[in-house]
Amino acid sequence: MVPEINKLTVRQAVDGIRAGAFSSVELTRAVLAATAKHAALNAYIWLDAADALHQAGAADAARQAGQAGALLGVPLAIKDVLNVAGQPCTCGSKILKGYTSLYDATAIARLRAAGAIFVGRTNMDEFAMGSTTENSAYGPTRNPAAPDHVAGGSSGGSAAAVAGGLALAALGSDTGGSVRQPASFCGCVGLKPSYGRVSRYGLVSYASSLDQIGPLARTVSDAALLLGVMAGRDAMDATTLDKSVPDFAAALQGDLRGMRLGMPREYFVDGMNPEVAAAVKAAIARCQELGAEIVEVSLPHTKYAVATYYILAAAEASANLARFDGVRYGFRAAAGDSPIEMYKKTRAEGFGSEVQRRIILGTYVLSSGYYDAYYLRAQKVRTLIRRDFDAAFTQCDALLTPVTPAPAYRLGETMDDPLHMYLGDIFTVTANLAGICGLSVPCGRTRVGLPVGLQVLGPAFGEEKIIRVGAAFERSGGAVP
Amino acid sequence: MASANQTIDVAYVANLARLELNAAACAQFQRQIATIVEYVRQIGELNLDGIEPTSHGQPVYNVYREDVERPSLPHDPVLANAPTRLDDEFKVPRIVE
Repeated sequence: MVPEINKLTVRQAVDGIRAGAFSSVELTRAVLAATAKHAALNAYIWLDAADALHQAGAADAARQAGQAGALLGVPLAIKDVLNVAGQPCTCGSKILKGYTSLYDATAIARLRAAGAIFVGRTNMDEFAMGSTTENSAYGPTRNPAAPDHVAGGSSGGSAAAVAGGLALAALGSDTGGSVRQPASFCGCVGLKPSYGRVSRYGLVSYASSLDQIGPLARTVSDAALLLGVMAGRDAMDATTLDKSVPDFAAALQGDLRGMRLGMPREYFVDGMNPEVAAAVKAAIARCQELGAEIVEVSLPHTKYAVATYYILAAAEASANLARFDGVRYGFRAAAGDSPIEMYKKTRAEGFGSEVQRRIILGTYVLSSGYYDAYYLRAQKVRTLIRRDFDAAFTQCDALLTPVTPAPAYRLGETMDDPLHMYLGDIFTVTANLAGICGLSVPCGRTRVGLPVGLQVLGPAFGEEKIIRVGAAFERSGGAVP
Repeated sequence: MASANQTIDVAYVANLARLELNAAACAQFQRQIATIVEYVRQIGELNLDGIEPTSHGQPVYNVYREDVERPSLPHDPVLANAPTRLDDEFKVPRIVE
């Protein structure tokens, strides 16, 4: 038995299973053992070992019968916001406690058809609202690199599972950075596809015009593999675009010669953590050594991105979360003689504070008399932010930026100051507003050992470009010492 | 942005959003959300004359599909997720007198 097979990459695991070096059951046992050993990380909020081993046994039988799916027998961790038939789906919320999914999300169905197995449900900020995974009804997730720090969010459980060896790879959802930021905080790779690249069918909606499902993995190559399986038009999600899915594996081989990479000056600002700035600048210098031409570009409306994002995301959330009223699923408050009273008590007791704050903010910006001043204006600023990127991508193939202005927060640091937490999203929300794709790749650590991520942003449906840059950087040695 | 000069009244908006807040939660949210509203108000300083709004991640317009009958989800597992049921229906507090 290979030591620590739970820490292999997905591609190594697929090769190992195919070659007979170990079985999916052995691999899954190693993952489950690591999960039990590191239970204090609170990466998973639901896990059924018997069910996982049953899936692994079926994968081993399929392999013996001659099947060879791209992910046959690989144990994945799934953020608790994606429906997996027969498993719970609580979105980290009390209001969905006891809910069992009735069908697979399209992304899950495609991974399942490729042979993946689904170990358990990972922790998250409630309904994906938060940047720390502290806003979960099931307790915070800890950062495997520094347990007194947060794992980031909202896909913090998925990032901690991948970085800690508790899954081979994972899925998250990214509405304003919720895949890229926890990947950066925990030291793994996170990819947010372009809006419309991956079907949202079966993803519980937070902000429908911004949400995308994305993979978290140990390597860019693994993230590209998962993306390739999930991507493409889906009749169940009319916002998926009818574009052919390129061969992402081919993009992994490219080098950086002939590529122009932009450094947006608004993403390198005073007040950033100096160790983060230094690590990202060193990574950019490395890309230059690898043959890329580095050009300075400007994204002039960046300073309005956080305000725009929180208006639009809160507005969409207030509408999407109206469905949680204690009638059809999950929790219902005990008291309530009229339906209105029942809704109000159920929602007050069932939703956590951050979700309630965003519902109130969203209701406010959509309400009569304020709609034009906030919601409509924010939609217009979104146009300007999108135009900024259109202009930048006429000057370069992709952009290189930090993922966040600072490394992982200490547990509790942002809990009473939501605005402080929101401001940390400045470099990630722009990709969601513009509908473009983004990748977070580890590029170093601070003196105390907190991971730092390099963000590679590409144009809409330009995933091949960000994969090419990320893979070349990783191949050159990855994280700068 | 004349209409946005008043600050948010959290108690009033919470009722619109069907959230019953106790006094402590209301006071805390009033302080926190007023700070957030103050921050997001900065988009008021931009001149947006002639700028079209963007409502979605990619410009997608009407998408049609064939109108074909498909089976719906089976009743039993759907109703098993409900807090209370009465036979094949969701049970709720009385709506009409």
